[in-house]
Amino acid sequence: MSDDLYDPPDRPLEPTNVQPLDGMEASDAIRDEVRMDPSGGSVGAVTSGGLWRTVGREVVRKKSAIIGMALLSVLLLLAVFAPIIAPYPPDQVLFDEGVSPRDPPCIHLFGCPEDQPQHILGIDGNGRDYFARIVYGSRVSLLAAFAAVLFAVVWGTLIGLVSGFFGGWTDNVLMRIMDVLLSFPSLLLAIAVVTVLGPGLINSILAIAIVTIPQYARIVRSSVLSIREQEYVSADQALGVSRWRLLIHRIFPNTLTPLIVIATLGIATAVLEIASLSFLGLGVQPPTPEWGSMLAAERNQVFTAPHLVFFAGLMIMWNVLGFNLLGDGLRDAIDPRLGR
Amino acid sequence: MGRFLLRRFISSIPVIIGIVALVFALARMIPGDPCRAALGERATDEICDAYNERYGLNDPIYVQFGIYMKDVATGDLGESFRFGVPVTELLIERLPTTIELAAAALLLAVIVGVPLGIISGSRHNSKTDVVTMVGANIGVSMPVFWLGLMLQYVFAVFLRDTPLALPPSGKLAAGLIPVPFYEVWHLPVNGLTEFLSEFTMANALVTFQWEVFQSAFVHLILPAVALATIPMAIIARMTRSSLLDVLGLDYVRTARAKGLPERSVILKHALRNAMLPVVTIIGLSFGLLLGGAILTETIFNLAGVGKTLFDAIISRDYTVVQGFTLVVAISFVIVNLLVDLLYTYLDPRVRVS
Repeated sequence: MSDDLYDPPDRPLEPTNVQPLDGMEASDAIRDEVRMDPSGGSVGAVTSGGLWRTVGREVVRKKSAIIGMALLSVLLLLAVFAPIIAPYPPDQVLFDEGVSPRDPPCIHLFGCPEDQPQHILGIDGNGRDYFARIVYGSRVSLLAAFAAVLFAVVWGTLIGLVSGFFGGWTDNVLMRIMDVLLSFPSLLLAIAVVTVLGPGLINSILAIAIVTIPQYARIVRSSVLSIREQEYVSADQALGVSRWRLLIHRIFPNTLTPLIVIATLGIATAVLEIASLSFLGLGVQPPTPEWGSMLAAERNQVFTAPHLVFFAGLMIMWNVLGFNLLGDGLRDAIDPRLGR
Repeated sequence: MGRFLLRRFISSIPVIIGIVALVFALARMIPGDPCRAALGERATDEICDAYNERYGLNDPIYVQFGIYMKDVATGDLGESFRFGVPVTELLIERLPTTIELAAAALLLAVIVGVPLGIISGSRHNSKTDVVTMVGANIGVSMPVFWLGLMLQYVFAVFLRDTPLALPPSGKLAAGLIPVPFYEVWHLPVNGLTEFLSEFTMANALVTFQWEVFQSAFVHLILPAVALATIPMAIIARMTRSSLLDVLGLDYVRTARAKGLPERSVILKHALRNAMLPVVTIIGLSFGLLLGGAILTETIFNLAGVGKTLFDAIISRDYTVVQGFTLVVAISFVIVNLLVDLLYTYLDPRVRVS
């Protein structure tokens, strides 16, 4: 669809910081070969500076990416300005202000009597302002998911680089371990890991990270394998560039593009899984405001106080949807061939 | 063909051994002394010495692993501390509930997701397409547990006195006790017949217990819908994109050039090839279903593998956690193997390469 992504005029042929060889590999023949490569690690071969500018231009043309970014901006604003937006601290008990547990939402604008204190999402089971907790919950959800994915990406990249570049038995051993990790349903393995580490925010972040490492390792490895065979790498090898230098300066930067797409989509999954673990009581523990555990605390009241379940879940979905849409948009912008 | 199957089969053996090793290692890494975890307050030093001796916990770790492998291979998964019964027995009792739930969810996901994907793909960029894809995006982003709770609220509270009301939890209406088929047919009671009789709906169907069947069916609707949503959305997206890919191929253009009606181009020519990646996705969603079953069963209070596993974690019943995790992971591997085989059957190109 977006052939201009690969059109030479759109992209500087010789970025200033790259050796001439880099510019030359983007000749037509290789470009076509790269585009045929189904491994998904293909776009890496396009030089970086120009690609990012093109991607930036493409992304803002994608409706899904725009909507995703809009959803996420709202969350980010909530998270950053939580103390200003939230009318109360998230753990302040308000019983002495005349509220009772699980009061339904009271909004003055919609006809709630003026003499009652306004709580736009109502009161939770412990007499706290639910809106405040929802707002602060965005901090936990965003931070935890980011941390989990960052951890997984760093380790996955290391494993993938080493595995793909050195090959041989290192590759074999590492990839078999990844196979084993991948053969568990991810939530189940995360639960098993948290059982070992003990419940809590940090441990659930670790668990989810460990479970997703293989995904990144595989992607990086397959990019490395295809990049390793490129002529500019052989040329560097012939020039006597050291292996580590090759790995870090030539191969690693080119694995980044597919990685960023998968990581964005991975954050969506991480948000869901952290919320799931917390819902099961294995993740973030009360009184920390986290949407999954807030939902779990009130789940038996779903028939009498559905608002306490509804909004927490809605926020989780909001967050997941934001990252999913952004990830889809990024993928389409970076490489339409990566799938739809 | 035969050689391919054999190779694929053999390659999954190290993975299964790896799974057993990982589950074993995780169980050993659980903080605390297994004896004290198992016996709780009753554990004195002497009792624990005897316990460790009896269960071989004083042996070197590789000997313990060997024994564990042997036990697993012979179907001995230890005994539940909490229920005092062998884990295998618990599995026989609880696995069918989960299989029924997962099968219902998968069926729903396929019979709704595939047609949606086809409609969406064949009317690329139409209003239907956009609406379906927005729906699918929302579907994949929905937390299973939230959807389950909301369905409970809508169908059990909001629609309470309407014909659409559905029971919010449990497997059967209170007071209904299904008669197992082996009693009706005077068959011997053994592990297999007990296992089979736990498939409530199938059991009720073959023994003509209509009331039980109907009750089991209406109880299954909400959990199945909750569990099916994410795979359904994924399947719809995959079907759509795969159909779009195939519709761009030359042979489809030829079919159109011959003057075939669009309907037959899509259903007879394009769809066959478009379904190949969908088969893989259906296989992969099995893992999602198993993970989702933990949440769904907990919410809908169904005593299946997921809920038992969750309860076992909360009550620190580690042999159950270990055994159930192992069985779920191995069945995941087996399903993936079957999907691969099916794929080979459907797509001869795989065999050749």
